[in-house]
Amino acid sequence: MREAWRRTLPIIVVVAALLIVWYVAALIVDAPQGALAQERPLLPTPGQVTGALLTGILQPLDSPRSLIYHAAVTASSALVGFALAFVVGIALAIAIVNVRMLDRSLMPWIIASQTVPALAVAPMVVVVLGNIGLTGLIPKALIAAWLSFFPIVTAMVTGLRSPERIQLDLLRTYSAGSWHVFAQLRWPASMGFLFPGMKVAATLAVVGAIVAELPTGAQAGLGARLLAASYYGQTLQLWAALVMASILAVVVVALVDGARSLLVHARGGRL
Amino acid sequence: MSPDDLTAEAVVARGLSLTFGTGPEVTPALDNIDLTIRRGEFVSLIGPSGCGKTTFLRAIADLEHPTAGTLLVNGMTPELARRQRAYGYVFQAPALYPWRNVERNVMLPLEIMGLARDERRARAQRNLQLVGLSDVAQRFPWQLSGGMQQRVSIARALSFEPSLLLMDEPFGALDEITRDGLNLHLHDLWRTTGMTTVFVTHSIPEAVYLSTRIVVMSPRPGRIVEVIDCDLGAERPLEIRDTPAFTAIGSRVRHALHEGAPHA
Repeated sequence: MREAWRRTLPIIVVVAALLIVWYVAALIVDAPQGALAQERPLLPTPGQVTGALLTGILQPLDSPRSLIYHAAVTASSALVGFALAFVVGIALAIAIVNVRMLDRSLMPWIIASQTVPALAVAPMVVVVLGNIGLTGLIPKALIAAWLSFFPIVTAMVTGLRSPERIQLDLLRTYSAGSWHVFAQLRWPASMGFLFPGMKVAATLAVVGAIVAELPTGAQAGLGARLLAASYYGQTLQLWAALVMASILAVVVVALVDGARSLLVHARGGRL
Repeated sequence: MSPDDLTAEAVVARGLSLTFGTGPEVTPALDNIDLTIRRGEFVSLIGPSGCGKTTFLRAIADLEHPTAGTLLVNGMTPELARRQRAYGYVFQAPALYPWRNVERNVMLPLEIMGLARDERRARAQRNLQLVGLSDVAQRFPWQLSGGMQQRVSIARALSFEPSLLLMDEPFGALDEITRDGLNLHLHDLWRTTGMTTVFVTHSIPEAVYLSTRIVVMSPRPGRIVEVIDCDLGAERPLEIRDTPAFTAIGSRVRHALHEGAPHA
């Protein structure tokens, strides 16, 4: 009990301090228009955002104002994109580690892909894919995957290369083939590197899914909700959608952490 | 392979040389090594750092490639011997896989060899018992002391029943008390299994205590200075180190090491 209190107290203090700063800032910013009393405050207070968030969450699921519905739409493309990024990222990392030529030829392109702003590419991807008949979830998932695969590739390349000489020599003395070197050594050794990369990738997949919803004129999703709210100056809706997006990111990261804990447990307490 | 198929010589080196690098950067590591290790012997390679003792051991294991001369392991090339899993190798560090518990670490070579699950488990248990670690089979490496970890790595090297055990300063990183215990243990192990062992060390008492023969090497390039017989008999309690016979062999080794040292 004491231990739990000691752990949660710092978090509570930080959150409380943030809320106070936020609240005071809102009072100051909104003062000229009469704080707290308006429908579209410049900077809503924590209480107002919470209210808008609850209203959005408590809407019936088939309502266009339901934040749960919009979050589910964004979550589906984020999760599909994340899964795609996972598969592609790991496949690329395995290829790069095993074929020296690919390390030189592929890596610069992978890095270059991340320097292109996703916001600029997203509409083109949607239009091009729309022309070949791919609409709906797939273009959004692809954009989410685009942002998301990079940290997985870099983490896995580092992880697959992490075994030391002595561990490789050991397998050589067993006359182990390259499949065993991969399956018994490189792959398990890479797990400690994969999970931090996956956490970053998970948040980027949510960002990517939202970004993909912005320019596509999507009717649904947190991105569409953000766009509509900012277009009409609905700051409360905007903030509520923002908070919902961060809750979604937290949930996806928690899924990654859950998978990590399972593996840690199977490995007797260490990754 | 049954023991009857094995040649009487476990290792034969003739005019063996090995250099690292090419061109002006070339470093000679081994120079004209002649040595025969018979089956059942415990041979220590001793010498200062850079004398090529580890390189020689690695060449036997086909982890380094000689540049001249011949080297036979069980009467065949080192590569063929390695492919037939003729030897178990114990490195300076335990090199255990942290994601496998002790038992599964010992089973690693058996998995690679494709042994059945029951057989793997039985062999792991047998060899962990041999090194006195049956009770920690389900623990993970990081839960064990350095000495215990190295014993696990010895059990792992023994698990696939190789005809030859190669050990590269296996106790070099351990404190002296742990080291004494492990030396006692290794001697017992060698007596019970009768396994041909090549043991790299830079400790004179360790070499004298364990060996049937001691190969003294000198550095740059690695040469054999002298081969000293170490006939202390089979029964070797730790106290044997205080006997005159033990001390005499130790001083012969020390003398040979001094002789081989480059005059500074």
